[in-house]
Amino acid sequence: MGLEAALPVDGFVTTQLRRIINWGRRNSLWPMPFATACCGIELMATACSRYDLARFGSEAVRFSPRQADLMIVAGRVSVKMMPVLQRIYLQMSEPKWVISMGACASTGGVFDTYAVVQGVDQFIPVDVYVPGCPPRPEQLIEGVMAIQRIIDSTGIPPRMSGGKRVGLGLALSGRGHEVRPQPVTLGI
Amino acid sequence: MGAETPSNAASNAPGKGPNLDHPVFALVKGHFASKRFSATEFRGQSTLIVQPGDAHAVLGFLKNDPRCGFNFLADVVGVDYLGYPSKTIGRFAVVYVLRCFEREDLFFVKTFLDPSLPTDGIVEDPALYLDSVTDLWPGAEWMEREVYDMLGIRFRNHPDPRRILTWEAYPAHPLRKDYPVRGREEREQFRLVDRTDA
Repeated sequence: MGLEAALPVDGFVTTQLRRIINWGRRNSLWPMPFATACCGIELMATACSRYDLARFGSEAVRFSPRQADLMIVAGRVSVKMMPVLQRIYLQMSEPKWVISMGACASTGGVFDTYAVVQGVDQFIPVDVYVPGCPPRPEQLIEGVMAIQRIIDSTGIPPRMSGGKRVGLGLALSGRGHEVRPQPVTLGI
Repeated sequence: MGAETPSNAASNAPGKGPNLDHPVFALVKGHFASKRFSATEFRGQSTLIVQPGDAHAVLGFLKNDPRCGFNFLADVVGVDYLGYPSKTIGRFAVVYVLRCFEREDLFFVKTFLDPSLPTDGIVEDPALYLDSVTDLWPGAEWMEREVYDMLGIRFRNHPDPRRILTWEAYPAHPLRKDYPVRGREEREQFRLVDRTDA
């Protein structure tokens, strides 16, 4: 972020440098797993040898927010956990991205109770929503690739002052799957 | 709980009352001659129902008397009987689950409490008070905190009477049956962190 701020707007150097910086960023996303439920197990499987998130440059999972630039919220978040999630998000250094993984993190899922936050996007910015309960590793990899596409399209200088980006709020929609507005009424 | 043995099944056959032959019943009755008790049994599991004020003394007897010897408090559970299909002694109940490892014995002590104030808030209700048993079994500390957190039943002489599961500023006791399962919008009341922060 400091690098972009020092550069002039829309010069030849800037546009070429943007490609190089984005190439570096998209291929070395360091995830911070905020895994609170069974989605975390799929997240572990995604990082393990069979699905091998390392093919996309994201195998360096860091449990310190200072060393990560992609937060994967995997699982339900209780209201008591929300200050922790927000603090960890704020501790991550820019540029940073957030994946909301699974039904619980995105909407609260089946846990429609007094203690569970009905979607972390109510309280922190989310870039990509990965549907599923839990999502298969292929779906999570698709989510990481969506983050990579977002990085590819990120401009220099960024859209807001201080190197901050605007949340894009994209939802993954795979083949034959439509993300409907939530909550969905029961049509029986 | 536990496998149903033929003798236990016979004890709950239709037309027969509960089988109150647990030896501890007689011991408690003999030691506390002036106090009122009720007792029940289901499939070999015996429950002693005591007055709220007597609970601590009875539990202390059950722990310290060598013939009882319940040296392990397995659980402390709170129950809200609001809307229960049959009549109960009181609205709330607290159940102590006792174990004696020497005899491999399981025993329940139950006490009923009735609120004297409306139950929709977190107002301290003098009727919803019990004596803490943390002096008998130190392990009761977190279980009593859970009963307090979920049902608002407070414990006298508790060393650390805070909530344990919900957050500090939570304005209700959520396991009360008159509390809506989705809450009263507590889960929506939170600050929003967006891109302009940090």
